Amino acid sequence: MSRFTQFGNSLYTGERSFDFVGNRIRWYLIGGVLVVLAIAITLLRGGFSFGIEFSGGSEFRVSNPAAVVEQTAIDTVESEAGLESNPRVSIVGGDSVRVQTEQLTDEQTTQLRQDLADAYAVPLESVTASFVGATWGQDITRQALIGLLVFLVLVSFVMALYFRTWKMSIAALTALAHDLLITAGVYGVLGYEITPAAVIGFLTILGYSLYDTVVVFDKVRENTSQDGEESSRTFAESVNLAVNQTLVRSINTSVVAVLPVGSILFIGSLLLGAGTLRDIALALFIGMIAGTYSSIFIAAPLYVHLRESEPEYKKQGRKAREPRPASGAVR
Amino acid sequence: MTRFIWLGVLFVLLIGGNALAVLQGTGSWVPKLALDLQGGTQIILAPQVSENQRVTEEQLNQAVSIIRQRVDAGGVAEAEVTTQGGANIVVSIPGVPDQATLERIRSSAKLEFRAVLQAGIAVVAEEGEEAPVISEDSAPLTAPSNPSDLAWITPAIDSAYNQLSCEALDERGANVADPTQPLVTCSDDGAAKYILGPVEVDGGTITDAISGLVPGPQGTVTSEWGVFLEFDSEGTQSFRTVTERLIMLPGVQNQFAIVLDGKVISAPRTLAAITDGNPQISGSFTQESATVLADQLKFGALPIGFAVQSSETITATLGLTQLQSGLLAGAIGLILVVLYSLIQYRMLGMVTVFSLITAFTLSYFVITYLSNTQGYRLSLAGVAGLIVAIGITADSFIVFFERIRDELRDGRNLESSIAGAWRRAFRTILASDAVGFLAAAVLFILAVGNVRGFAFTLGITTIVDLIVVALFTQPLMQVLGRTNFFASGNKLSGLDPRALGAVYRGRARFREPVDVGATAMKKSAREAKRRQTIAERKAQEEAGLLEGKN
Repeated sequence: MSRFTQFGNSLYTGERSFDFVGNRIRWYLIGGVLVVLAIAITLLRGGFSFGIEFSGGSEFRVSNPAAVVEQTAIDTVESEAGLESNPRVSIVGGDSVRVQTEQLTDEQTTQLRQDLADAYAVPLESVTASFVGATWGQDITRQALIGLLVFLVLVSFVMALYFRTWKMSIAALTALAHDLLITAGVYGVLGYEITPAAVIGFLTILGYSLYDTVVVFDKVRENTSQDGEESSRTFAESVNLAVNQTLVRSINTSVVAVLPVGSILFIGSLLLGAGTLRDIALALFIGMIAGTYSSIFIAAPLYVHLRESEPEYKKQGRKAREPRPASGAVR
Repeated sequence: MTRFIWLGVLFVLLIGGNALAVLQGTGSWVPKLALDLQGGTQIILAPQVSENQRVTEEQLNQAVSIIRQRVDAGGVAEAEVTTQGGANIVVSIPGVPDQATLERIRSSAKLEFRAVLQAGIAVVAEEGEEAPVISEDSAPLTAPSNPSDLAWITPAIDSAYNQLSCEALDERGANVADPTQPLVTCSDDGAAKYILGPVEVDGGTITDAISGLVPGPQGTVTSEWGVFLEFDSEGTQSFRTVTERLIMLPGVQNQFAIVLDGKVISAPRTLAAITDGNPQISGSFTQESATVLADQLKFGALPIGFAVQSSETITATLGLTQLQSGLLAGAIGLILVVLYSLIQYRMLGMVTVFSLITAFTLSYFVITYLSNTQGYRLSLAGVAGLIVAIGITADSFIVFFERIRDELRDGRNLESSIAGAWRRAFRTILASDAVGFLAAAVLFILAVGNVRGFAFTLGITTIVDLIVVALFTQPLMQVLGRTNFFASGNKLSGLDPRALGAVYRGRARFREPVDVGATAMKKSAREAKRRQTIAERKAQEEAGLLEGKN
């Protein structure tokens, strides 16, 4: 503990300081390159692939098999060549098995129908095939997007009012865009399917990223509001000190937040393979790390960038650059 | 201490609310699980259309959207609504739906207002009698001048009316009747039959509908349930035109029929022109049926009527293995968080642990309570959301602890550090939680389906976070701050001023505290410090050392 506490102490007094604001071009570049890579690789791979829940698919129903079990169907679909999505299998009415897969061609449908009939040892007529629409339909997506837009507008106003400057809103939203693009990009790059669970994860990141930025910005607000014209620090130094002073909090918080998510990701992907738990945890894992990074390395420097040219803060900088009188040692 | 009492009151209320639900047999101590974890009922709805009619994809999507909103209005159950085979709609609901739920999703809820042309008592049809059919060439002889004109009643309509049997209305397609033509139909209880003019106001112009008790003539509250409607400007205008005309007419022609899915639910006399566009429908409603109708009207009529083709149980798509793995992951995550807190914050980490336990218990009872009263159901995504909330909740404590340490570094004693840190940390916590809550509230109001369920979980965890940090963690810190163990800055307390560098900074280095509180007061204090004599400075230095050693 003592070493970490010492670390916190020296950050607090300003004895030790990481130059988050000064090296901002470097941090912007890192974030920017990651975002561009995320978009480019996703596009090169042909965009996102969406789960059955979004696009709809084929549905099979096996009536009255001897053993009404789900696993047989899962194994059958997985052994089928050329299928990517996880099947959704349920028992309906206690005597038949419902299998939903991605949209199949006529050939694939015939093949899978035959295979299901063989696997369950029922005549071919007992397996019916039809199409099923999206459970996560256009209307859900549309309403979620409307909600998202309304939230972003409202939250910009709320932050602008609370911090008394709209420049913090801009910086926070830029950091948010960075986080969301990188998180979504991981799905695109790895070629993982976007499922409703992943979307829920993205939405959680939306809240987390802004939450984290607000905590850092509140410290920035506290520090900079005390600076007057006679302050010994420039605006940039003031913000940098605030970020350094919250650094221990940022590290502890992200570790504490990532630990449970990491254990879901670990259990979800190792024990269960692709599925709801892995989808939601992966989005959160990436998004939380990106969110902590962007609050410190993007949001705060960007805020300085937007603000330091203001006359009031320019003056603050000039004063500090004047050589200090030797007799002022007491200060 | 009073805050602990408030927290206790909150717990007692939640547990009491749950106990009440359990005693009444409607609730349980365990939250209900959603479709993905527990399964439920799959209802297949088949469209009811006449033979030469075809259901378009657009109609089907519209119907899915409306049905989804209606299901959502009944609670936060995260139902699944989709199409099947390009014609049917499949609704999957967790648990077993009751009659009201089925009614809510199934009926078309096409509301029309038509003027009454003729009314009479319905006769019971004789066995084997053919349902009358209005022949195609039933155009009126003279063009009717307005929808109340009796010229609408052609001989064909008159004979249909005379032979009308109220039993086979649906089969005759009264609910898909042409809105520009007169309609021969019955009241929904089958006691009266009517000839009605063409549709004058239709349900599409309704902007809102709520159910409530109908006020009596002198503004007294009656026990009669009704539905209160609100129309848009177009609907308001046509309502006014119609009522102004009807008020002049004698007898049954004075009545204005409210037709739902082709049946007259009420045909009130027009006593005054309705100009404000806020009519009410009353009839033989119960509280339940009024709520169902209001929900149906609010989200618009289905473009087509549907009949339940099958209703079967369906097993969970994910099942209990996933839930168990999720809970296992949560337990591992929690242990890791506890270990990390203890390493980082020593005994202060125990405060985190107890606060997390309190937050978890509170969330559990809130969820169970909402599950019993609001139909909330926990999906796997919800479970994951709750696990993630561990991290976000712990952050509030970390922000608070770090602020306490900052205050200690500035050389304050523990009690005033806690008080000062709380003022500033609470501001930060409030601001950041407000952002989270805003996200939850906006998504809950605007979104549908799964997103709505997610927003609900997010909102619960944000509020629980705020409650726990304000009503548990902070008062606990106040109490602990007075104990010798913490106040003396024991090495294991996590709040050792020496380790935090407070003492050393006091020694002869009159650097201003990096982090300054209320500016004006501080500035004068600094000024005073600068003007201290050497003796005063020495004295303060001693005092500072002593304070540190205590």
